Amino acid sequence: MIQAKPKVRHPGLQKNALGLTRRDYEGSMSTLCAGCGHDSITAAVIQAFFDLDIPPHRAVKLSGIGCSSKTPTYFLGEAHGFNGVHGRMPAIATGANAANREMVYIGVSGDGDSLSIGLGHLCHAVRRNLDMLYLIENNGVYGLTKGQFSASADVGSLSKRGEPNLQRPIDPVLMALTLGASFVARSFSGDRRQLLPILKAGLVHKGFALVDIISPCVTFNDHESSTKSYMHTRERYLEVVSADFVPPAKRIETDYDVGTTTTVTMHDGSLVRFRKVGEEYDPTDRAAAYRYISGKQAEGEVVTGLLFIEEGCCDMHEVAGTVDQPLTQIPFDQLVPGSEALSDLMRSFR
Amino acid sequence: MEPTDVTNPDYYHKVVDCQWGCPAHTNVPEYIRLIAQGRFTDSYWLNRESNVFPGVLGRTCDRPCEPACRRTRIDGKPVAICRLKRVAADLRDPTESRLPEIPKVGNGKRIALVGAGPASLTVCNDLMPLGYECVIFEQLSKPGGLMRTNIPAFRLPGNVLDEEIDMILDMGVDVRYSTPIASLKALLDEGWDAVFIGSGAPKGKNLEIPGRYDSDRVHIGIEWLESVHFEHIDSIGERVLVIGVGNTAMDCCRTAKRLGGKDVRVMARKSKEYFKASEWELADTEEELVEIMENHSPTRFILEDGKLVGMEFELVTWHEGSDGRLRSQAHGTVEIPCDDVILAIGQDNAFPWIERDIGIEFGDWEMPVVDRTTFQTTRDGVFVGGDAAWGPENIIWAVEHGHQAAISIHSHCQRMPVTDRPAHGMNLISQKMGMREWSYSNDYNPAERARMTHIDLRERFRELAVEVELGFDPEQTAREVERCLNCDIQTHFIDYLCIECDACIDICPVDCLTIIGNGGEVELRARLTVPAENLEQDIYVSGALPQTGRVMVKDEDLCVHCGLCAERCPTAAWDMRRFELIIPYAGQASCAVHA
Ligand SMILES: Cc1cc2nc3c(=O)[nH]c(=O)nc-3n(C[C@H](O)[C@H](O)[C@H](O)COP(=O)(O)OP(=O)(O)OC[C@H]3O[C@@H](n4cnc5c(N)ncnc54)[C@H](O)[C@@H]3O)c2cc1C
Ligand SMILES: Cc1ncc(C[n+]2csc(CCOP(=O)(O)OP(=O)(O)O)c2C)c(N)n1
Ligand code: SF4
Ligand code: SF4
Ligand code: SF4
Ligand SMILES: [Mg+2]
Repeated sequence: MIQAKPKVRHPGLQKNALGLTRRDYEGSMSTLCAGCGHDSITAAVIQAFFDLDIPPHRAVKLSGIGCSSKTPTYFLGEAHGFNGVHGRMPAIATGANAANREMVYIGVSGDGDSLSIGLGHLCHAVRRNLDMLYLIENNGVYGLTKGQFSASADVGSLSKRGEPNLQRPIDPVLMALTLGASFVARSFSGDRRQLLPILKAGLVHKGFALVDIISPCVTFNDHESSTKSYMHTRERYLEVVSADFVPPAKRIETDYDVGTTTTVTMHDGSLVRFRKVGEEYDPTDRAAAYRYISGKQAEGEVVTGLLFIEEGCCDMHEVAGTVDQPLTQIPFDQLVPGSEALSDLMRSFR
Repeated sequence: MEPTDVTNPDYYHKVVDCQWGCPAHTNVPEYIRLIAQGRFTDSYWLNRESNVFPGVLGRTCDRPCEPACRRTRIDGKPVAICRLKRVAADLRDPTESRLPEIPKVGNGKRIALVGAGPASLTVCNDLMPLGYECVIFEQLSKPGGLMRTNIPAFRLPGNVLDEEIDMILDMGVDVRYSTPIASLKALLDEGWDAVFIGSGAPKGKNLEIPGRYDSDRVHIGIEWLESVHFEHIDSIGERVLVIGVGNTAMDCCRTAKRLGGKDVRVMARKSKEYFKASEWELADTEEELVEIMENHSPTRFILEDGKLVGMEFELVTWHEGSDGRLRSQAHGTVEIPCDDVILAIGQDNAFPWIERDIGIEFGDWEMPVVDRTTFQTTRDGVFVGGDAAWGPENIIWAVEHGHQAAISIHSHCQRMPVTDRPAHGMNLISQKMGMREWSYSNDYNPAERARMTHIDLRERFRELAVEVELGFDPEQTAREVERCLNCDIQTHFIDYLCIECDACIDICPVDCLTIIGNGGEVELRARLTVPAENLEQDIYVSGALPQTGRVMVKDEDLCVHCGLCAERCPTAAWDMRRFELIIPYAGQASCAVHA
């Protein structure tokens, strides 16, 4: 039995600006069920970090509990990581980000982890506009604990045993829009072409980038009466805008037709370029986006794409007025000035 | 592209690079796995089915399989396929025989064969079990052809050769030694049902420059080696020049070293990159402190008082012209003293004993016209194979010619068209043993190619017959077998099962797989996960996938047959199946395809 993916690699593999290949961004071999959508998302995450030339050791991977939350082990083996308790990843991410604002943060969570036990934490992370990419690998079930319905399961969808779900689902995209999120997207693990530019834009976005990714659970929720299966998703898939991520280096070469596209400039100078597919859709108009998505949802369609973006909002550090330097770089005697300084501070509040 | 037809045995056969590259299509990966399991006897007999002389070939084969081996494309060095064959031959149970039974009553057909080299011997091997009476006419006193007389004993011990030749002769072949055929017409007049000409390419090329015939110390390489073999020659002068850069030249100078040559040099007209000798024979020669002098073009023999004292050479450099042809430029001459000169500049065919008016058409270079598939001449019932057919090749080609000629001879004697060839068949059997378990050792092993141990230099020159290569020891063998990538364990795809989850694409360590919109081959190759630039390797294209209509494409080039795609596939759309090529020999019908 093979325990680790063999190190042998294709000699023709592309190298990025750091001289690394995509394989240098892998972690250990997945132990999830064969065919799990989460694995496909892992591969897209690897590709996104590779494409953006992010040194693996400058990344921080955070997660809670669940099959989805296991996946950080499978990418960026050289990155920092923390597996928190169930649903508490946003709190840990907040602490880590507060201490070192220079790292690249990626959180991986599930629909159970984020919408059931950890819902409150997620809401506040959105509200803080914590600078991170936050993935919800959404399969409609608690995969790790053998397939109970999660809070994202649709009414009427059947469990593997044949029992229907009776409770109304929480939609993370609509919820994030109402909470004032600055970056909201939905995609599908089986559509790497769409998912990849969204992940890249999310990593570059300054603030909280929430991506809800339909990710079929092959073992417990990929049957005929599931609404989160490969087949169901592919049949109801509506790509409302197609987003391209254009890094700064490529900007000059890219010539595009302004008439049919909307462009958003990211804080590092890269562009996100939207091409509308079908009807008018404006990914910079929060209210219109909400209306459109909830309308289509009523028709049973899964609206996907980078659905809303607002660049230039204050992130947690700006709101809190923290120092520019990461706390890790501040000399210890300044960072912890001693009990005398604390007493002075306390006195100032009197 | 149209979906790939994997029911055509050629498709998967081509994936097994070594087997495809082997003229006799030996089932290399299977015999390597048998060695890995310690089943040396099974491995030996599997080899023998196709290549007839595993012990001989495990030491001497030209090994076209090795440059073809997939492992070369992965880590630069092929699996030591040839020397593993020797392991099977050396360690097999010598008391066990799996030779077919020879019918007590023959089929009444009589075949005459000219020459007892590997080509004729293979024809006998295939026809004797069918009841034929085979009579070999051999001009020398021993069987084996050049394997016997020219391949020196320090590369191929006599007992190994005897054993494998005897397996065939003991089937009841009638060999008439010391019986040169001087007239094919006379032979044909004896009324044989078929005649096979396996007389080799017996004439060493000559060098017509001044002084050539003025001394008896100038020798023709293959004749000289033959004389050494028959012990007509047992010494040579201290200073020897060998002219030529092929394998024969290497055998000549290494033999000279063992007969008393102290200062032995190989004189080459061109530089090393143009040498014809195999890389390994060249290396073994240099190891024996033979000096190789490049860019020396011979101009004359120097004699003093009727005695050979040296040779004159023109110093040349080579330039490739705009037409791609090499041109030389001379830079003066040098004289190199010597006591003996051995000419090893090639072999020619010679058929003075074939009359030109007996219905056998001759073409260019006084060679008989021979059909490339049937091995028949323009006269029905007269067949040619081995070096006699199209000039010097090697043992494994002679064996393959023998197999094909035997098929033709059998058809001819059964009054069936010789052009009807029995088709290859195949078996395809799943190797799945459990969730993540396979019948073969599927993990990639990064071991480097084992180096053959050679006997100590001093020990080696003690006697002509001291074998140089010691063979692999158990540790080397155990490591080397794991380098084989099991290319016969095919990734077999069933398109309607695929749910397009991408698991196989992402797990593949060498990025072989892509799910993509179909297109023309050139453009499709360019769009794959990693572009498929090795055009010698096929790409597999599935039928349209059920959910999106895209296709699964696999670039066969670098697949290491690790089985991870099949392990990670939730629907078993990929499976690892052992491909077994079924090769029909004389008397066997076309084989079915069991997929
Ligand atoms: C020095 C040297 C080293 C070689 N080393 C290798 C090696 O390491 N590996 C390898 O694969 N190949 C090697 N070869 C090539 C290989 O030996 C030949 O390709 C192979 O033996 C050809 O087989 P064959 O059956 O066609 O003919 P041969 O082996 O040439 O046999 C022909 C036989 O026919 C007999 N014969 C010829 N004419 C007549 C006649 N008129 N009447 C009766 N008998 C006749 C000859 O005496 C001979 O016995 C080497 C060749 C040479 C010269
Ligand atoms: C505090 C706590 N409560 C309950 C559990 C049991 N538990 C483990 S994983 C899980 C649900 C995970 O669901 P999700 O986040 O959707 O992940 P998936 O496995 O589906 O990817 C639960 C309830 C736990 N580990 N900790
Ligand atoms: S790796 Fe093994 S099976 Fe593949 S070509 Fe080489 S020897 Fe043959
Ligand atoms: S067996 Fe499958 S996973 Fe392994 S190298 Fe070949 S195609 Fe890739
Ligand atoms: S793992 Fe299986 S089901 Fe998934 S894409 Fe590959 S072949 Fe298709
Ligand atoms: Mg879940």
